[in-house]
Amino acid sequence: MLEVQDLRKVYRSDRREVEALRDLTFTVDAGELVCLVGPSGCGKTTLLRCIAGLLDPTGGAVRVDGREVAGPPPGMAVVFQEYGRSLFPWMTVRDNVELPLKQKKIPKARRATLVADSLAAVGLDGTQTAYPWQLSGGMQQRVAIARAVAYEPSILLMDEPFAAVDAQTRADLEDLVRELWQRLGVTILFVTHDIDEAVYLGQRVIMLSASPTVVQDQLTVDLPAARDQLHTRADPRFTAQRTRVYEQIQAAKGRTAAQPPAPLGS
Amino acid sequence: MRRALRLLALPALLFTVWYAASLGSENFYAPPLRTILAAFADTWTPERLRADVLPSLGRLTAGYALAAVLGVALGVAVGANRRLRAAAEPVLEFFRAVPPPVLVPVIMLFAGIGDGMKIIVIVSGCVWPVLLNTVEGVRAVDGVLSDTSRAYGVTGVARLRHLLLPAASPQIVAGLRQALSIAIILMVISEMVAASNGLGFTIVQFQRSFAIPEMWSGIILLGLLGFVLSELFRLAERFLLAWYHGLRDASRS
Amino acid sequence: MILRLSGLAGLLLLVEALPRLGLVADLPPTSRILTALADEAGTTAFWAAVGDTLTAWALGLVIAVAAGVTGGLVIGAVPALRAWTASTVEFLRPIPSVALIPLAVLLYGTSLGSTLLLVVYAAFWQVLVQVLYGVADVDPVADETARSFRFSPWARLRHVLWPTALPYVFTGIRLAAAVALVLAVTAELVIGAPGLGSVIAVAQSSGALPTMYALIVVTGLLGVAINIGARYAERRFLSWHQSVRAEMAL
Repeated sequence: MLEVQDLRKVYRSDRREVEALRDLTFTVDAGELVCLVGPSGCGKTTLLRCIAGLLDPTGGAVRVDGREVAGPPPGMAVVFQEYGRSLFPWMTVRDNVELPLKQKKIPKARRATLVADSLAAVGLDGTQTAYPWQLSGGMQQRVAIARAVAYEPSILLMDEPFAAVDAQTRADLEDLVRELWQRLGVTILFVTHDIDEAVYLGQRVIMLSASPTVVQDQLTVDLPAARDQLHTRADPRFTAQRTRVYEQIQAAKGRTAAQPPAPLGS
Repeated sequence: MRRALRLLALPALLFTVWYAASLGSENFYAPPLRTILAAFADTWTPERLRADVLPSLGRLTAGYALAAVLGVALGVAVGANRRLRAAAEPVLEFFRAVPPPVLVPVIMLFAGIGDGMKIIVIVSGCVWPVLLNTVEGVRAVDGVLSDTSRAYGVTGVARLRHLLLPAASPQIVAGLRQALSIAIILMVISEMVAASNGLGFTIVQFQRSFAIPEMWSGIILLGLLGFVLSELFRLAERFLLAWYHGLRDASRS
Repeated sequence: MILRLSGLAGLLLLVEALPRLGLVADLPPTSRILTALADEAGTTAFWAAVGDTLTAWALGLVIAVAAGVTGGLVIGAVPALRAWTASTVEFLRPIPSVALIPLAVLLYGTSLGSTLLLVVYAAFWQVLVQVLYGVADVDPVADETARSFRFSPWARLRHVLWPTALPYVFTGIRLAAAVALVLAVTAELVIGAPGLGSVIAVAQSSGALPTMYALIVVTGLLGVAINIGARYAERRFLSWHQSVRAEMAL
């Protein structure tokens, strides 16, 4: 289980302070798939970096299974948006997937199985000896997903992973994430700025306000567990919920433009 | 076939022109190429190579290798530490800007005129480009890649081996390339100033005793040496940085 | 900034302390080097030496840049020429310029010519190779656009080749400027041509250690000044270059 409580992050430089996250509280239960969506520039990446233990929060805490996060916690894997910069260009696909496993001191034979299985799971058989830059963008992001899957995490963080791939690849990758989630029973926190994607993927959608960020609203997605691009997106319930999220995001934008936000919880 | 022709045509032409134009040369300083080539064969006998070229190459290798190891090690240490980098950079920039050959008289004071002096001279000239380039390379490691490493527990020695060194390697290699030409210069200079054997020493001896064809043959040998070393370096680079060139070509097209 | 100065201050203190504590024999403390530097700065001979070095440096650099840019553009603009000369360039470039020292001595003795020969030879290749890189970097679409509008070869050189190559030309000049100083001082030191290098050699042979160190510091400062100057010029010219390109894109 992942708990985010009263999380606050202020960036300080010599001259000025920028409040990126004001006050964030939410939880993600074990085995849940939750999407975080918010207007662009709303501090989604800051939030994700705090959760991943890559950034120290100014206030509040992130807890994984009750333990407070200080530095990257074990059992958590991250898929970054910039797949091209997140894969090691000097390593083959296999070495990229295997390196974190070596750090976990997993025996060699087991590593080979994990690498082969995870690459097969994302549909990348036969690319083990290729270098990442020899693959297309969508395939590179599949490698990054395979690396995360092979790590056998209990929590998977995904930071706008499909923002930089073309629309059709994106649809395929969305289905891949749903499929992996259902098969592996992993907890997924998926950050996106795409409202359709959030509703299509998530069991629950958490909407964020514009920066300085607070939780604007939450929505439990009322859609069947078996989803597909054609029918789910045509479902009237999908459109209705999509509209609701859209309105909330618009409201979040309008609110910052009109007046400075009051601190939440007051 | 056409490629080979292209590679060899101009060098062959230049050689022929030099050969033909100098055939009847009466100029004392520019003897016929035929004479120079004959002198080359007579001068650079296996014994001569062993007595003069081998020591030179030994000093070059020792000094260069030492500078490479030292430069990379210090460079990683300085590059990975922001405060240390800020404090060290002006000093390093100064040392890099000092023309390396002026260190010869200084190092002669400390280390005499033996092999040790020549190796130290080479190290003290070559270490700066390697060091500064390593600092630059380590500093510029991609933020996402660095985050990825931390998120997956790639820390400590593994971080150095799998992240910092490979990420900085294109820069390090660029520094090593600069250092190679400095190393050759310093090898020759230190032998010209104070030595009893070595290529630089021998060539200056020829010049002082007005053995002009032999001197020319020495210049040609030095040229060949520079060429061979830079080709070796290129081969090594193509092997080491294959990923880098592939990545660059991929992002260009 | 304070951190940056602290590094320098630390070095000066270290050089002051080491000899005073008797840890290093042949190194005079900072204060004595600085005194020697002040003494030198009061003599005309010192300034003459600096002038000689800078003259050789500037003259050699100008010749090398002129030859390198012209040669590079000509070779680079004609694909056939580039293909046929590539191997020769690759062969001549790595020849260490110091190999020419004996030849320079025979031809020019200890005059300025010796220094110039070495400086020009070393700096020329830096410029030439960069210009060749620059010309190779021309965007084929830009070149084909120019050709489809029936630009004359001269106009193509002026409007396509030259603007693309310009940043590389500056890189070449920056590298050449540093190498030229190294070779100028080297020639003076080894051959005895007039300039800072030969004054260092004299100071060394007469055992005037503080003076020798002071002169070495001067060569380092010259090097730093040249690097900073070259980078400054590069930034000024290239920002102008990029702003012009951005305007044209509008």
